[in-house]
Amino acid sequence: MYDLIIIGAGPAGLAASIYASRYKLNHIVIAKEPGGQAVEAHKVENWPGTESVSGLELTQKMRAHAEKLGAKVVMDSVLNIAKGENGFSVTAHTGEHRAKNIILALGMEYKKLAIPGEEEFRGKGVSYCPTCDAAFFGGKAVAVVGGANSAASAAQLLAEYASKVYLIYRGDKLKVDPAYEESLKKKENVEIIYQTNILEIMGEMTVSKVKLDKEYNGSNELDLKGVFVEIGSEPGVELPKQLGVDLDERGFILVNPDQSTNVSGLYAAGDATTGSNKLRQILTAAAEGAVATASVYKKTQIAS
Amino acid sequence: MAMQFTDENFEAEVLKSDKPVLVDFWATWCGPCQMMGPIIEELAEEVKDKFKVGKLDVDENRSTAGEYAVMSIPTLIIFKDGKPVKQFVGVQSKEVLKSELEKI
Repeated sequence: MYDLIIIGAGPAGLAASIYASRYKLNHIVIAKEPGGQAVEAHKVENWPGTESVSGLELTQKMRAHAEKLGAKVVMDSVLNIAKGENGFSVTAHTGEHRAKNIILALGMEYKKLAIPGEEEFRGKGVSYCPTCDAAFFGGKAVAVVGGANSAASAAQLLAEYASKVYLIYRGDKLKVDPAYEESLKKKENVEIIYQTNILEIMGEMTVSKVKLDKEYNGSNELDLKGVFVEIGSEPGVELPKQLGVDLDERGFILVNPDQSTNVSGLYAAGDATTGSNKLRQILTAAAEGAVATASVYKKTQIAS
Repeated sequence: MAMQFTDENFEAEVLKSDKPVLVDFWATWCGPCQMMGPIIEELAEEVKDKFKVGKLDVDENRSTAGEYAVMSIPTLIIFKDGKPVKQFVGVQSKEVLKSELEKI
């Protein structure tokens, strides 16, 4: 039986582990995707002490740091968590692990459009990672769906490769930083289509067109090869719900200032919580991880 | 050690392989692919008696990536008897890949 199991190995989970090693808490980290969403960040320029670093490099360093201090990172998906009398039992593909305390550092999941063709054409024109996939669309027409900074950033990147970028947004005014708005306007191959939704993604082997909910240039179909979905993220609610954790109306885990939840022995840290005024930065995720582990340590000290 | 597949060796090493082959289509610029790399290395070592596991850099081997219409990375494809039989898009855990290989 471990003192602590940390689920998730983004900045919150890895910082929690670093603190756990220093407190000599017997623990493991279980994670499906080491690094979390931060891995896809092109450049991180607000991590104090490092002027500019890729999200990939920063999270790799965090993992190396945690492992150097003795953390065991198990790469596996957690299927189920059950609470018993003496602690928690965590079931993953590789088997069951037991611990007195849990820190959920689950991060966020990309929101999907939930329309026909989206799942079918994933990897065949539908993408959620512009930095990974922009290069496959050289000289082709693509759509970016969304109207906030992540969509603007995707459109900007894709404009370097694609012949045409349609930025399709359901609202009538983009919700982006002024710097993005200005640079998008300068791109001749970016066209913004307002107050419009994609109803269906169509094609044979790969995407060839999308159906819109209103006419654009005289047709409700648009010929293109790629659809980049950038409509934000939401917390994954499956595991917290299994445990009866209180969530807010948008699915974020309600945490106290010590990162505890309504379930005794269960703590949460990072983007999926209501903590840090929901700022959702690498910095705040790491801080919440540290606070959560300190709370676990305090609890074990009182118990012993 | 995971194998390096290329346009040149793809037919011999993948399509004509006696064992099922898992190919990780990746590129240096892609963050999630970098996360996938160590998982592939570990997997290759663990299943080496039964399966072949390797990586193909899509930037340097465009013809093979194009052949299988890879438009998103990481994409992982399991080949058996020269044909793709199962495909995954995005980072996958080692255990999921292992259990899928066992099922083939």
